[in-house]
Amino acid sequence: MIGTLNAMIQGLLLGGLYALFAAGLSLIFGVMRMVNIAHGDLIVASAYFAYFVMQMLGIGPFTSLLIVVPVVAAFGYALQRWLLNYTLGAGDLPPLLVTIALSIILQNVLLIVFTADVHRLQAGPIEIASWAFNSELSVGVLPVLQFVTSVIIIGALQLLFYKSSFGRAFRATSDDQQVAQLMGIETRHIFSLAMALSLAVVAVAGVFLAIRTNFNPFTGPLLLIFGFEAIVMGGLGSLWGTLVGGILLGIAQAIGGQIQVGLPFVAGHVAFLAVLYFLPQGLFPKVSQ
Amino acid sequence: MAPILSLKKVSKSYGAIVIANNLDLDVGEGEALGMLGPNGAGKTTLFGLITGTIRANSGRIEFLGEDISRLPPEQRCRRGLARSFQVPQPFGGMTVFENLTVSAAFSKNRSERDVYQDCARILDECGLTDKANLKAGSLTLLDRKRLEFARALATKPRLLLLDEVAGGLSEAECELLVGLIKRIRKTGISIVWIEHVIHALVATVDRIVVLAGGVFVADEAPENVVLHPKVAEIYMGLPGD
Repeated sequence: MIGTLNAMIQGLLLGGLYALFAAGLSLIFGVMRMVNIAHGDLIVASAYFAYFVMQMLGIGPFTSLLIVVPVVAAFGYALQRWLLNYTLGAGDLPPLLVTIALSIILQNVLLIVFTADVHRLQAGPIEIASWAFNSELSVGVLPVLQFVTSVIIIGALQLLFYKSSFGRAFRATSDDQQVAQLMGIETRHIFSLAMALSLAVVAVAGVFLAIRTNFNPFTGPLLLIFGFEAIVMGGLGSLWGTLVGGILLGIAQAIGGQIQVGLPFVAGHVAFLAVLYFLPQGLFPKVSQ
Repeated sequence: MAPILSLKKVSKSYGAIVIANNLDLDVGEGEALGMLGPNGAGKTTLFGLITGTIRANSGRIEFLGEDISRLPPEQRCRRGLARSFQVPQPFGGMTVFENLTVSAAFSKNRSERDVYQDCARILDECGLTDKANLKAGSLTLLDRKRLEFARALATKPRLLLLDEVAGGLSEAECELLVGLIKRIRKTGISIVWIEHVIHALVATVDRIVVLAGGVFVADEAPENVVLHPKVAEIYMGLPGD
């Protein structure tokens, strides 16, 4: 009983991380109707970049965020502005193909530079620090920190989207790209900003992930699937729904792992398929007009 | 007086379908120009060419004396060009007021705070004040058409392109919008107005051109245009003599 409760708490906290993967993916799809297949690989690449920065400067992973987040965001802006923008406007296929290619390129570049060895970011004593409620139930400081960060980031994205000038430009562009242009919105710039924002979120997610688990150059596609599953479970287009979707996925995986060590991913996929079957619109469907 | 908009030998065709064949057109500062033409003549495509969503095959488009032929739509908007759509295309998931603020802010690089007053005034002029906080997607057709005007006005245009305002509306509703267009005119904004409801045009504009087969077949004062043989041929199937 306590074991299951423990697993559920772990799963809930892990779900925050999945929600971050999903939020970045969802933001891109929401604003420019583009599916970024390289999203998972960009998460992993951010983790490697953090590893590199930490080695170079001898700093911890949290401090490295000060460098990693802006650099990765700037990379995202450039990537969109000078590559991905050219794939838009001619159907769904060109951006899919180009991001699949990007995914393959990223994986192989990481393989050449960092080898196939697994890496992990060392965060020091915080990794094993925990709050114990009693002898059997305890909660790790790091997972809580990561969860709180996720909630704050998703809340901030929500505010940005619905309460700020740029959020309105994002939504207007998402609604009708051509009309948005006619109203003076430079959509190429807006798309690039959206990608920068998405990759800033990705960078934070990548660093947290890399403190938590081992990663290698081929971890990306699995993370992409987690992101997709969280989005679909939460309901496309709803940020808070994405958070709930991520949490559900995390809990399903944790309970699966509780039942049998090899089961977490399968349990996650089963939960995803169940939601897709019974609630194809997700848990929080965005009411369409 | 210097024209605000000049098309110079503008051509556009889709395969064998000729939309514009060496078209020349001047719209004067403060002028209201009506545009007629059979369905499929390319009147709406012409708006696309002027606003930059469609590229011409050849020719020049000048706005306020500047060649804008190669500028993207958002740059043309910022210089003072705005259009409405025949089928209104509001940002449906946003409120009416948000539709205006986003347009006002980005078209002139202003902060939202600076545009609130302008937007409130435009909403009032267009009769949408009590619907400011409704989702644009939930509006009736008349209100959607008002929103098209309001959103275009929010970009502070010098020239407003109106595409079939009266279509789908009752006579009384149409009257309301024609009244609004007349008030917009008085503020000095130049207008090009595509319309099939000829009496609405005749009552409002200074001049009417007729587009057919890629050329302007008539360019007349409003009261004369219905008498023009080409117009009779196009609209009533009478042979021109």
